[in-house]
Amino acid sequence: MIPESTFLASDPLIRWSWIWDHLEEIRTQTIEHFILTGIAVGVGFAIAMGLSIIALRFRRTYGPVTWVTGVLYTIPSLALFAFLVPYTGLSTLTAEIGLVSYTLLILVRNIVAGIDGVSPAVREAAVGMGYGRARLFLEIELPLALPVIVAGLRIATVTVIGLVTVTSIIGQGGLGLFILDGLRRDFYTPLIVGSVLSVALAVVIDAALAGVEWLLSPWSRMRMAR
Amino acid sequence: MSEASIRLDQVSKWYAGASAPAVEELSMEMPAGQVTALVGPSGCGKTTILKMINRIIEPTSGRIEVGGRDIQGLDPHALRRGIGYVIQQVGLFPHRTVDENIATVPKLLGWDRRRTERRIEELIEMVGLEPEMGNRYPGELSGGQQQRVGVARALAADPPVLLMDEPFAAVDPIVRVRLQDELRSLQAQLQKTIVFVTHDIDEAIKLGDQVAILDVGGVLRQYGRPEEVLREPANAFVEEFLGKERGLRRLSLIAVRDVSLEDGPTVSADAGPAEAREVMAREGVDWVAIVRNGELRGWVWESELESGRKVGDLSVRPFLVRVSADSTLREALDAIVTSHNQVAVVYDGDRYAGMLTLSRISENLVP
Repeated sequence: MIPESTFLASDPLIRWSWIWDHLEEIRTQTIEHFILTGIAVGVGFAIAMGLSIIALRFRRTYGPVTWVTGVLYTIPSLALFAFLVPYTGLSTLTAEIGLVSYTLLILVRNIVAGIDGVSPAVREAAVGMGYGRARLFLEIELPLALPVIVAGLRIATVTVIGLVTVTSIIGQGGLGLFILDGLRRDFYTPLIVGSVLSVALAVVIDAALAGVEWLLSPWSRMRMAR
Repeated sequence: MSEASIRLDQVSKWYAGASAPAVEELSMEMPAGQVTALVGPSGCGKTTILKMINRIIEPTSGRIEVGGRDIQGLDPHALRRGIGYVIQQVGLFPHRTVDENIATVPKLLGWDRRRTERRIEELIEMVGLEPEMGNRYPGELSGGQQQRVGVARALAADPPVLLMDEPFAAVDPIVRVRLQDELRSLQAQLQKTIVFVTHDIDEAIKLGDQVAILDVGGVLRQYGRPEEVLREPANAFVEEFLGKERGLRRLSLIAVRDVSLEDGPTVSADAGPAEAREVMAREGVDWVAIVRNGELRGWVWESELESGRKVGDLSVRPFLVRVSADSTLREALDAIVTSHNQVAVVYDGDRYAGMLTLSRISENLVP
């Protein structure tokens, strides 16, 4: 009888034929991973924007908002899922609640810091020329805070892409499925495929967001060039 | 838009938690089409007064009228769109180009594109910027250029009133003088009602048609034309605020063309030595200036006269100090003193207008 370890050592690290046979599934799960991430960051951004507007408008709420989102951020993801499953089941909702809650602290902090970073002179000039509060926020403060906000979005997105691999434990799709599969079967190929692709996805989306920021803030480039 | 004067009636401002008012029962009128300079030490409430006029700060009590209308009855946003506002840190929008910055208020007012573009073009030229600067971002401009854009932006919708809060305090002294001169010539054209806050008495005197000298707590110590204030300070505070150079400051209010210039010891180029000596004796000097066809050729010492030769044939020395009839006595004095001379030659354009001596300037030092 051949010991198991010998069998594994003789097995190639990557079995290309497996990848070839599973191309369609790899594609599907990559998209699924992307969608789970997109929903989490999208919903997280919307909630964070709301919380930030409240925190900016009523300054004393900023402390409690960061405290609550900070607590959410520190709960280990597995513990959070375990806590949620009795209520929301092994569902996408459970996964997204967890994922969204990890984006909030980063996004709220960056949105508030970005808006706070707008020069008081700019704000005073805008008010002095007749800007109302809403237009000031949308046309002046948000665009100027954009680099800081996008920086937050990048961190949040990369964090979520990593966390989505964990949601396969509660039966969700995404690249985590391959990792889980590989671990269960002591079979390296899907493990490596899942890991490498989730890292690649993070890198690509991070670069894409950096590109979006570059396109949307030509003025900050000019300043750098000076 | 019509001209608009500004009236403050018993206006007070108490900041929350303050033990004394920032402004107390201040009443004054800032006449339409003129520059009113608010000047005083820090804490005199000058900026508070300015910001109450566009309701960035609300008065605790009292009434403010702009163009005869109580501003408390107006929508603050609409009020502000009708008042130009220029601040020290300029506050240009860094994410918008120069053109877009200038278009701010027209955009808020909903002007159509063609009208806005025409106006931008006009303003860029008016404030002395190059048209191709319109596509740049504020971060690419120098401090002086930024404040020019700031002024253009404030003037964009042609508001009758302009509020300026230490607009030139942050630029270097050379650029500051240039911006002041430009504002003065701009105002000669535009005749806006300008309220100009500054802590610099020289700037107030230079730009203000009226100067309001304020003491801590928004107390109006004197309000009048700059020459009045300099001639007759109403009290010890004003006198001290004007400083020891009060006489010198007066000189910056008087144009060279407004004092009677002397002909000076001049002779025509055809004159001989005898006639030249006669002129020197009359004027009590040992040199003479030579004029040919109304143009000043230069001057010679008495010892250089040669008998039998016309003065026009002598080799002459040039006059080192030339001033324009448009410059102020203070500038002329500066030119004379820094070149170790006694006299400046005054030109009105290309034409020789006369001579300005130190003694004539000093007559104007004392009222």
